[in-house]
Amino acid sequence: MQALTNRAKEVSREPMTFMERLYLPNIVKGMAITFSHIFKKQPTIQYPEQKREFSPVFRGLHVLNRDAEGRENCTACGLCAVACPAEAITMEAAERMPGEEHLYREEKYAAKYEINMLRCIFCGLCEEACPKDAIYLSETFAPANFTRKGFIYGKNDLLIPNKNTAPEEYAAARGAARV
Amino acid sequence: MTLLALDWILMLEKLILIAIIVFASLGIALYTTFSERKVAAVLQDRPGPNRAGPMGLLQPLADGLKLIMKEEIIPNSASKGLFILGPAMAMTAALMTCAVIPWSSSVELFGRKIDLQIADINIGILYVFGVVSMGVYGIMIGGWASNNKFSLMAALRGASQAISYELAMGLALIAVLMISGSLSLKTIVDQQMAPGAWWNIVYQPLGFILFFVCAMAECNRTPFDLPEAENELNMGYHQEYSSMKLGFYLFAEYVNMIMSSAVMASLYFGGYDVPFLDESTLAPNIAAIIGVLSLLTKIVIFLFLFMWIRWTIPRFRYDQLMNLGWKSLIPLALVNMLATGAVILWQQG
Repeated sequence: MQALTNRAKEVSREPMTFMERLYLPNIVKGMAITFSHIFKKQPTIQYPEQKREFSPVFRGLHVLNRDAEGRENCTACGLCAVACPAEAITMEAAERMPGEEHLYREEKYAAKYEINMLRCIFCGLCEEACPKDAIYLSETFAPANFTRKGFIYGKNDLLIPNKNTAPEEYAAARGAARV
Repeated sequence: MTLLALDWILMLEKLILIAIIVFASLGIALYTTFSERKVAAVLQDRPGPNRAGPMGLLQPLADGLKLIMKEEIIPNSASKGLFILGPAMAMTAALMTCAVIPWSSSVELFGRKIDLQIADINIGILYVFGVVSMGVYGIMIGGWASNNKFSLMAALRGASQAISYELAMGLALIAVLMISGSLSLKTIVDQQMAPGAWWNIVYQPLGFILFFVCAMAECNRTPFDLPEAENELNMGYHQEYSSMKLGFYLFAEYVNMIMSSAVMASLYFGGYDVPFLDESTLAPNIAAIIGVLSLLTKIVIFLFLFMWIRWTIPRFRYDQLMNLGWKSLIPLALVNMLATGAVILWQQG
């Protein structure tokens, strides 16, 4: 029969030789192998205390970014929602009123911005689609929750703290995020 | 103090000894489960349980507590009485073996000479075999009473395995008995302890290997754990068991391991003998303590060997198991027995 790959190995159906039928020599050989593993280095990482470094392209939970003056970048253009293959993003746009210039960078902003983290596949296409550098994937990943509702992240959860008014929270968020 | 023609202090002394040995065996068994997991982990480059307490030392307590707190489920179609009797028998049979094992020489306390052996009966090793064969009833009854085809199949496997391997085990033992000329474990150990005498392993290396293989099969340890073959029989005979009844089955396995280690140490490795040390020159109490430690060390080495083998070798197939038992071990044991007999006859002239 033609093998599909050249990796296939034919099973040996030959009867066992006398040495093999003794079992013991091979058992001793196997036990020597397992014994040598006692002295090997354990690759285990004690998770909550030690954490493995993420690769620079790791894609975790999203953050909504602010500009240098602490204004929201998002203009609710909807390109991220269009790009999202899992259809996890919904948003509602609103118009910036006079006097809100310090809150939103452009005339239009997202009044509601929700990502369903149960639908999200963390592909990062929203990040690529965004023309305003407003959405980024951080290094925080999948926190637990008791309800499904808790996995629908609103703007409160996503928006990065304001660098100017809340520098400590911002620094903490930056520590976890990679903006 | 003699009432009803009974030595009551002797009774008390034996009761205390029984309590100590039973609880010590249970305690060691508890920590054997822990070391089993640790050994498995280390052999597989893992750290093993290390969260409960320092170095995970409280893990067995947590496991035990979990087993006790679990819901007790008895299946509707199970035979209730037998279902409860199964694990009870497994545990009882496992613990009963410790009655004839000489844990050490005697200590002198309050002017009394106390033997560190519950009963020095002159058919000690025969008693061990009788009790060990009773252990298979625990598996049989449990598997049968569960009313589950997988459990029943596992029970049948366990029974046939135990019967096949007990034969070879007995034949390997006969060779030792021919050398020692006694069935009493104490006498067998004392003969190995005598100055100038060698341990029986020197005279019976083949016999020991046969005995060891059979002991592994009797304890249902890998590579002979067919009665609880997870991947073909789900869980084997204790599939329907939950809570502490399951715990008893699992525990009985570990107690069995300890007891068979003790028996093997007594039969082939001089029991509580320390090599190259003449115990008779020491004070009796110190000699007794050294003896207990020595036996415990031997038991621990055997337990490690059991675990090491378990985490190295895969399970035998059923036909391989039977072939090995009937076509290899029993003929080898017979040859060993005949050769030993011939040598003894030749030595007697």
